[in-house]
This record gives sequence, structure tokens and C-alpha cells, in this order.
Amino acid sequence: MIQVQNLRKEFGPKVAVNGISFTVEKGEVLGFLGPNGAGKSTSMRMITGFIPPTEGSVKVGEFDMLENPIPAKRLIGYLPENAPSYADMSVRGFLAFTAELRGLSGDAGKKAVNRVLEMCFLENVQHQSVETLSKGYRHRTCFAQSIIHDPEVLILDEPTDGLDPNQKHEVRTLIKKMGETKAIIFSTHILEEVEAVCSRAIIIDRGTIVANGTPRDLKMRSDQAGAITVKLVDGNGEAIKAKLSHLNGVDRVSILSERPLTLRVWPRKGSGSDDVSRGIADMAFQERWPLQGLQVEEGRLDEVFRSITLPDTKSTKEETK
Amino acid sequence: MNPTLTIARRELKGYFASPVAFVFIVIFLLLAAFFTFMLGGLFERGEANLLPFFTWHPWLYLFLVPAVGMRMWSEERRLGTIELLLTMPVTPWQAIVGKFLASWVVVGIALALTFPVVMTVNYLGSPDNGVIFAGYLGSLLMAGAYLAVSAMTSAMTRNQVVSFIVAVVICFFLILVGYPPVTNLLTGWAPTWAVEGVAAFSVMTHFESIQKGVLDSRDILYFLSVIAFSLFTTSGIIRAHRAG
Repeated sequence: MIQVQNLRKEFGPKVAVNGISFTVEKGEVLGFLGPNGAGKSTSMRMITGFIPPTEGSVKVGEFDMLENPIPAKRLIGYLPENAPSYADMSVRGFLAFTAELRGLSGDAGKKAVNRVLEMCFLENVQHQSVETLSKGYRHRTCFAQSIIHDPEVLILDEPTDGLDPNQKHEVRTLIKKMGETKAIIFSTHILEEVEAVCSRAIIIDRGTIVANGTPRDLKMRSDQAGAITVKLVDGNGEAIKAKLSHLNGVDRVSILSERPLTLRVWPRKGSGSDDVSRGIADMAFQERWPLQGLQVEEGRLDEVFRSITLPDTKSTKEETK
Repeated sequence: MNPTLTIARRELKGYFASPVAFVFIVIFLLLAAFFTFMLGGLFERGEANLLPFFTWHPWLYLFLVPAVGMRMWSEERRLGTIELLLTMPVTPWQAIVGKFLASWVVVGIALALTFPVVMTVNYLGSPDNGVIFAGYLGSLLMAGAYLAVSAMTSAMTRNQVVSFIVAVVICFFLILVGYPPVTNLLTGWAPTWAVEGVAAFSVMTHFESIQKGVLDSRDILYFLSVIAFSLFTTSGIIRAHRAG
């Protein structure tokens, strides 16, 4: 549905986006991650046709954004960063205006406006002017605008920015639900959001894609992924560490905290976490350790994010948390 | 509905939702009346025409029209709604023309509200209403030219004040090059064709011949080309701004 090919954008001498390529199909929710200034918004602006790329192409549906912008834009719903809207209009007036620009006027327009007012919980402020609304409402008004024509493609630049936790949850649920039938790209800083909503995530840093995969795949890249955390009520940390280190298939062990005694065990490459955790459980039973918990770590997205977007400061091997 | 008209309608609502349109109309009417009756001496002249009314329009518009046009694109850029507008299935040209038309309608409404002055001269004497009509047409075209210039300057910046000042300067220049005290300075040493060539760029020259009732297609073409040129430049500025 969306094909981005070798997209590049230069602002003077500065390269904002340096040749990114990816595709998004219907039924996919693509999370766009990256530190501030990585080129997320610039990429989205090129995909939606707001700024022309220096090089490369964007295809939406069957239309090329550069050669055939109007039909391409028709397929897209877009929530720009900071959710702009006309401050002097009422919520309803603003939505009716965008509906009309999308070719929905008269009854069809009214129906579309009512639909999104309900979906975005804006019914009780529909007659208020946008400038009197709180940030959350304003944000949802602009979000409502992006889905007013029930687009096949949705591009959302930080859709949950500035919302309270309840509203965040609502918007996430909405995105996830719409993701079943649409092609969605959304950018965010919140990593838990990616795990909750995305079917795939791209991490972009300094204008290039540094990772592309399902949230699960990405988490597997974490240093912690597959490591086993062992919690004991008390005990001699060093002694236990030494014992665990000699267990079959264990690569290394580190003590995370003394009280309660928490250790992390990294299996050697090629030996499964399951076998090692079974070995730890057996040992704890034999040694009569007051075992409190035993957990195989899934890996953490924030750790992966940090390790690939901060190549200068190497991700610490001894994770202390 | 045509996107140009949709945008024009929204803009027009915007003008009347904020005090801009009302302030403009009221001040325009007050100043027009002041100039016509106090400075122009419409009654004292004892002539049944609207010359004292129209003569002041190039000066009156100089400050009032850029005030109407200054928000056209700078506001869009300041609020970030330009990103919304230009990612809609709308061409930049449709947006530019739609916004321009809305502002032109605001000025048109103000101009139409000066009808009592027409009724006054018709009551007092028997003026040539054809000339009066030509005067209104010329005035409207001139306002359009100023507005198009303002559209252009407002596309350059997100700051309305800067947009206003630059527009006033450009419009002032368009007046001056054909203003007799200025052209007289030139006639002393420059060849006639050069003076006339410079004056041909002035709104003054073209507006004066129209308000005398001479509807020359060259004068109309002049205003239309200023409008077309300015709007075309506006689209160039917006494109350059988007390209970064």
C-alpha cells in the first residue's frame, strides 16, 4: 500500500533523511521509532507529499506521490506533528471543512463528521472553538480529521503526544483496531506503545533505518533476551554466583542486587534458556537455596533502542537494573 | 464542491470569526467618508461625480489592504495548518486562489457598503453612473492587486507584522512610480519614454484612467497581471519553503 524507495532529503548541507526504503501493506501497523531529530517527521512529510524529497520515490496505492499527488493524497489520512488545526473554527466546523476538502459534502459530510466525533469522543465539545480546548481535545480533533474519509492509509506523527493515560489507551486501541484493515505508519517515543500496537517497527537514526522487524524480533536483539533472572530471599552472593557459573551451558553470571539477592544468568550461545533454567532450579533444590523467583527475560525494547541509536556509548554489558 | 470554493468559504468565515473583517470594514468606511467629505470636499465642489471619493483609494488601501491580507499564509505557517492544507487532495494553486478570493470578497463587501455616497450624488445631481461604475471596478481591481501582493509577502514569513510592512512598502512603491510629484522629478532629465515606462508600472496611472471612466483593456490587464504575477510568485515561495 505504501512503498518508500530510497527516500532522501537534504536541507542545505544537512542530510535529514538518508535513503530509507520500506513498504507497508494493508493490515500492518508500522511503528516509526527514533531519537529526536532522527528524521521521522521529515520522512512522514515526504510520504504525505507535504515536502518533496531530494531523491527517491513514494508510492501510495498505485499512485506516485510526485507525479500524481492528488489521487495519492486522497488515499491518505494524516495527523501532522503537534496536531495543527484552525484555532478560530468550531470542532464541528473544522471537521466539516476537512470532510468537504475530502469530497464529502452534504449528508455524506454530516455523517462522516458525526462518525468521527463519536469515535474520538468529541461530541460534547463539537460546538466549541478549537482555541478554547485543552491540548488533548485539540489533538483528538486533528486525529478525527485524519480518519474522516476512512482512508486506506493512515500516517500519524506522534498520535498519543500530550494525551492523558486514558486517552492514550483509547487512541492505541483505535489504531490497533483500524490497523486490521488499513496500512498505518505512526511515530512515537513511547516504546511500550510499539509493543502494544505495532505489527512491525522501524528504528531510524540520523536519517537511516537501523532496525526493521516485529517488536518481538527487535526485543530478541537485546542483551537481556534469553537471560535468566534468579531471585533468592538471601544467601551468599559470591558463592552462589560461583556455583551457577559452573552449571552446564552457562556463559556468565552477574549479581544484580544483594538484598533481595538477584542474579542474572546468561546461557552460552547455542544452549537454550529452558535447559539452563531447569538446571538452576535443580541446583537450587539440591543446595536448599531459598528460591523466590526464576524468570527468563524477553528482552527490552528500550535497551535495544538505546544500544542501536547510541553507538558511541556502548550498551553496558552489566545491566544493573 | 470545488476545493477552491471550499477553501474560500472557510477563509471568509475566518475573517468574520475574528475581528479582522469588521475592523477593516468599519475603518475603511470611516476613513473613506472622512477623505471624501472633509478633504475631498464632495459637497463644496458642486460637481456630480465621485472623483473626491476614488482619488483617495490608492492611499486608503495602502495600509488597510495589507492588514487584511497579512494573515493569509503567515497564519497558516504559524499554526502549522499549512501542512494539513497541503496534504489534502488540493493543489497549492487551488489553496492560493481560494484564500485570495476570500480576502477580495472582504474588501469587496467594504467597497459595496459605500453605496450611500453613490445615492448621495445621485440625489443631489445627475452624475454619469457609468463613470462611477468604472471607478468601483478600478478600485476593486486595485484592491485585488494590493491583496495579491500581501498574499505574496505573507507567504514569505510566519510573522504577520513583517508580512504587513513588506506589503505596504511594495504597494507604496507601486503608487510612487506613477505619482506626479515623483514622475515630475524624472521628467527633468529622463526621456519621456522612460518616464512613461516607469509610470506604466504604477497603480496610480492605471487607476486614474479607469476612474475617469475610460475602461481601457490595458488598465484592466495591468491589474490582472499584477494579481497573476503576485499569486504565481506566492506559489513559488510556498514551493520553495516546502522544499526547504
